[in-house]
Amino acid sequence: MRPLTEEEVKKVFEKLAKYIGENVKLLVDRPDGSYCFRLHKDRVYYVSEELMKKASNVQRKNLLSLGSCVGKFTKSGKFHLLITALDYLAPYAKYKMWLKPNAEQTFLYGNHVLKSGLSRVTENVPQYQGVVIYSMSDMPLGFGVAAKTTQECRHADPSTIVALRQADIGEYLRTEDTLT
Amino acid sequence: MGRTLKKELGQRGTGRKSRKQEEPQPIANDASERPLHRVKKSLGGKIRQRIAKRKSGLKEVLKKKKKTGVIGGSDGGESNEDDQDTISHEGVTAGDSNGGDDGQDKDDEDAKSTPAAIFSTEDAGLSTDSEMADEFPSSNDEDSDSDSVELAVEKKSKKLDKLKARDEKLAEDEMKETASAPETIYELPTAEQVAEASHDLQTVHQRIQEVIHVLANFTKLRQPGRQRKEYISVLQKDLMLYYGYCEFMVTKLLELFPLTELLEFLEASEVHRPVTIRTNTLKTRRRDLAQALIARGVNLDPIGKWSKVGLVVYDSQVPIGATPEYLGGHYILQGASSMLPVMAMAPQDGERVLDMSAAPGGKTTYLAALMKNTGVLVANDVNKDRLKAVVGNIHRLGVRNTIVCSYDGRKFPSVMTGFDRVLLDAPCSGTGVISKDPSVKTNKNEKDIQRCSHLQKELILAAIDCLDATSRTGGYLVYSTCSILVEENEWVVDYALKMRHVKVVPTGLEFGVEGFTKYREKRFHPSVSLTRRFYPHTNNMDGFFVAKLKKFSNKLPAGIAEEPPAANVNESVRQSGESSESEENME
Repeated sequence: MRPLTEEEVKKVFEKLAKYIGENVKLLVDRPDGSYCFRLHKDRVYYVSEELMKKASNVQRKNLLSLGSCVGKFTKSGKFHLLITALDYLAPYAKYKMWLKPNAEQTFLYGNHVLKSGLSRVTENVPQYQGVVIYSMSDMPLGFGVAAKTTQECRHADPSTIVALRQADIGEYLRTEDTLT
Repeated sequence: MGRTLKKELGQRGTGRKSRKQEEPQPIANDASERPLHRVKKSLGGKIRQRIAKRKSGLKEVLKKKKKTGVIGGSDGGESNEDDQDTISHEGVTAGDSNGGDDGQDKDDEDAKSTPAAIFSTEDAGLSTDSEMADEFPSSNDEDSDSDSVELAVEKKSKKLDKLKARDEKLAEDEMKETASAPETIYELPTAEQVAEASHDLQTVHQRIQEVIHVLANFTKLRQPGRQRKEYISVLQKDLMLYYGYCEFMVTKLLELFPLTELLEFLEASEVHRPVTIRTNTLKTRRRDLAQALIARGVNLDPIGKWSKVGLVVYDSQVPIGATPEYLGGHYILQGASSMLPVMAMAPQDGERVLDMSAAPGGKTTYLAALMKNTGVLVANDVNKDRLKAVVGNIHRLGVRNTIVCSYDGRKFPSVMTGFDRVLLDAPCSGTGVISKDPSVKTNKNEKDIQRCSHLQKELILAAIDCLDATSRTGGYLVYSTCSILVEENEWVVDYALKMRHVKVVPTGLEFGVEGFTKYREKRFHPSVSLTRRFYPHTNNMDGFFVAKLKKFSNKLPAGIAEEPPAANVNESVRQSGESSESEENME
């Protein structure tokens, strides 16, 4: 477990900012204690300082997880956000999309969002901006990238993809092993 | 009907329908005034005459009959009746009409008491219409001159009443006879005969019932000359065959339960326990979750008064482990008995808690929910693959205060100590969850149990060493297993009491059986009765054992070495010779 280097910090914050914008600093300076990011086996974890100190007693090969995993670095150095970061993205999300009840299931199976499944979307979403996807009962289902701006969405025909799925909560069943 | 000139109704002459029907009368609520079916309010002339005659001749007849004592039989029924005249009249006439029937009843030994019984039934039957009896032509017409004009229905009903009373009497007598008569002695086949005989499950089951019945009342029902242990050996073989257990398991269960309870336990272990889920209070409330699931077509109920977060699922149209609510981390599938050790533990906010055998993470996430995501929770398990499930569950349920690591629990004190609370859900033989894993019936033997017990003793000592006795809020260890064997439960707790400065405290769970303080030749510390046992046949949850210990000093008791010594030496010194002997036998 080690703190992130400058470059790594930049990459992580960039990715997070795609979804939550400037609210990233709210993640770091929290009123109830200071939190930090730590790297362990190519995965980035978001932990409180107290927890991190305790975890430093654990040896590297025995430690599996601390706090919450937000994403991992690939072999080529790119940073990918994982579904486990959803709990931190959802409250601060800038752009949101709501799905119709019948479209929930297909999204949870790992498909992209079609216009026919879209029920609501926040105004003025730029193209290729990160969006958090909710169900009608305001439960976060996952996040993705907007394939079309809001305006284009309105005029698109029902079978076009409006959002590219990046991560969804169905992964907890489909790909349990990749979580660690 | 023929061609008759259709005359107007009311003009045709005498006949049933010649009179025009009256206006419907409002019926009074009072039973006495309510007419019976097919009773006409106004009676015909002949009937009225007869009634008048009856009333006049009544008192004479009454005096006459009293001497013969027939009425005496009806005295019993008199107490029910207000109207004495009516009752005795009934008694009298019944006696007369019965005289004719007596010829049929001659076979009945109790013919004399029968009239009395019949009196009472008849009286009871007719007592409600006491007032009507006067107006109504009763079938008990004692006028021998005129033919008794009864309504056919009444006659029939009287006959049926008589028959019914007679049957009841016969049944009563038969019951008395069978109760007093000596029962036929059940003949016990020898063990060889049992082995040779056909393995028809029906007969085996019956034999099990019979033997248990005999053993319950051994002195009376035994076959003279047969020993108790012969019955027990036959029972053992039958149970092994019928339920599919190995001999070792059956012996252990016979030692643990009385016979009727044993059968209940075996039956309960064949059936699955109901599916239960636990609401994740970090993300939702039970009420909201229940509403959301019911809207999806799940049939559920709160689990009981003892839990505020449990729900039991009766049936569901959607797979309960794959709903969006499940994926969103609003609930987790967890057995009811697995909620108990965490409830006993009751961690507070901001504490440092250790879960030593955390996989697959149901109890860990419950602990985190109770701690409200504060403090530090360490989840440890020796098996790395199963720990992946813990990581998955933690992230899904939104738990943030957890470190997941993989160490051998016995070495954990060298990694980290100073915890406020420790939960040890020890690996065990699984004899309480036979319904989930039927292979336990056959693949356990003496060695397995001893190995489990030995491991549990080491683990509980390590867990106690991780505790900090001086902690402000705790110093508590909760030890739990999903086993019902004493070797893995009370014995381990007793061992911990001897080896460390700990004491047993109440678990806080209101139901469940108390732990044993003595079992066969072993004697445990009396405080072990504060532990709790749960059985599938009494609580409808998996077999479980929960004990709560409090550490009151960080020092080791005198005479105990610092390092956990070789287990053999310890065992033979501390425990009865049993375990060391069997270990010697193994080697």
